[in-house]
Amino acid sequence: MPINKIVASFDEAVADVFDGATIMVGGFGTVASIPSCLLEAVYRKGVKNLTTVSNASGFGADIWKLQGAPFPEDMDILVRNERIKKAIISAPVSALYVNNFEKLLRAGKIEIEMVPQGTLAERIRAAKAGLGGVYIPVGVGTVVEQGKEKRVFDGKEYLLELPIKADFALIHAHKGDRWGNLVYRGTSRTFNPVMAGAAKVTIAEVDEIVELGELDPEAIVTPGVYVDRVVQRPKPVRTQGEIKDEQAKASYSKFSEDYKRATMGKKGGAQ
Amino acid sequence: MIRQELLKKEKLDRQVMALRVAKEFQDGNVVNLGQGIPTLASNFVPAGREVIFHSENGVLGYGEITLPGEGDLDLVNASGQTVKPAPGMCFFDNAESFAIVRGGHLDITVMGAYQVSEKGDLCNYMVPERQVGTIGGAMDLAFGAKRVIIVMNHVTKNGEYRVVKKCSYPLTAPNCVDLIVTDIAVIEVTPKGLVLKEYAPGWTPEEVQEMTEPKLIIAKDCQEISLM
Repeated sequence: MPINKIVASFDEAVADVFDGATIMVGGFGTVASIPSCLLEAVYRKGVKNLTTVSNASGFGADIWKLQGAPFPEDMDILVRNERIKKAIISAPVSALYVNNFEKLLRAGKIEIEMVPQGTLAERIRAAKAGLGGVYIPVGVGTVVEQGKEKRVFDGKEYLLELPIKADFALIHAHKGDRWGNLVYRGTSRTFNPVMAGAAKVTIAEVDEIVELGELDPEAIVTPGVYVDRVVQRPKPVRTQGEIKDEQAKASYSKFSEDYKRATMGKKGGAQ
Repeated sequence: MIRQELLKKEKLDRQVMALRVAKEFQDGNVVNLGQGIPTLASNFVPAGREVIFHSENGVLGYGEITLPGEGDLDLVNASGQTVKPAPGMCFFDNAESFAIVRGGHLDITVMGAYQVSEKGDLCNYMVPERQVGTIGGAMDLAFGAKRVIIVMNHVTKNGEYRVVKKCSYPLTAPNCVDLIVTDIAVIEVTPKGLVLKEYAPGWTPEEVQEMTEPKLIIAKDCQEISLM
């Protein structure tokens, strides 16, 4: 029988996600890299007490709608609706404003394990690769070393970091086929290929499903063996919106300012 | 106590600080830039030097930052700004991205900071009063890069030291900083202590010392900051 990992809908793709599950969510910070439709489906499913594994805690759909993102939901949909019990995360709060994650943290409504970004990636990769742990030098002499075994190799100190395993990995890729082979687009690759295969069930949200054989074997980033389900996004429609949260609004305007400043004076100075 | 008149005195602006940082980029260097002033440094790579920029979200060799709204949302730096594609650019995942950082393949990281100690200890992920911060990639970069350059204002808005004897904020990484570029000085971290190399126009080494908690060693060739 032909292998077919293609699932018809996002709701079907997350139908077995359960209360208390551990869920990895791919992507980085900006919404283009994030499995937005799968996150929405998990929210619709109504599950709670989740443990999530992700790089960031999300900015919220309002900000992304303003940029015209067709699929604007990020981790914030699970944060603001209080579906998360514990977050294993590298970038939980914003330097610019108090986000929803920080509000819940202050209210004692969410637990956190903060992990340096590279260590987070490597611990996830360790789970995918079947390793018992990895020795990483990052964090020695800081709060990160607390409770961890230390070992010296070649005169340098390392911390024993354990694999992060999960029940589900939700990832976003550009194209996929019925075997689950995936390619990504630009900087939207980020944590997505790292998480593929690190959970019991890996679900890939793709921009486009293509015929088997269409993807260049030299260019496939995630071999299909790591992927259990593939689901295609609907045709994108540019969204529009406004930011309702005052703090988020202020933060967005600061972000835009920084942005403009960074593009100023290109031909100035030393050139 | 720092004298009020020193706090009010004219200092270098962000663009000039970024320009001074960029002078550190050598031909062929692989460089990671943090948010804010570090990002601005990409505008000032000295003529004739080819520098490859690394962004921890998974790209090497990206081009200029685009104007807001004009870029491809699948091509962003770690600050979320869209950048232009450039010849030689490549993409990779986050495990690979930090293999580059930790494995000794990144020449320079430029970051902001709240505090730097005379031993080169760095604090830049959390203000203690807030009780939570964001480690993100800062710790990996501080531990992994061959050279750590900090760019920051020399003192806080309230006139508290940021170049300190001992850090009071949570550490990002101990003993990692190589060079501190501020709005009034350029200071090198050495095993003997902090060496004042340059000071801003209109400032004296004595005035920089007054703004700095630990004792500075004045370099023999200490001079006014040169931007050329």
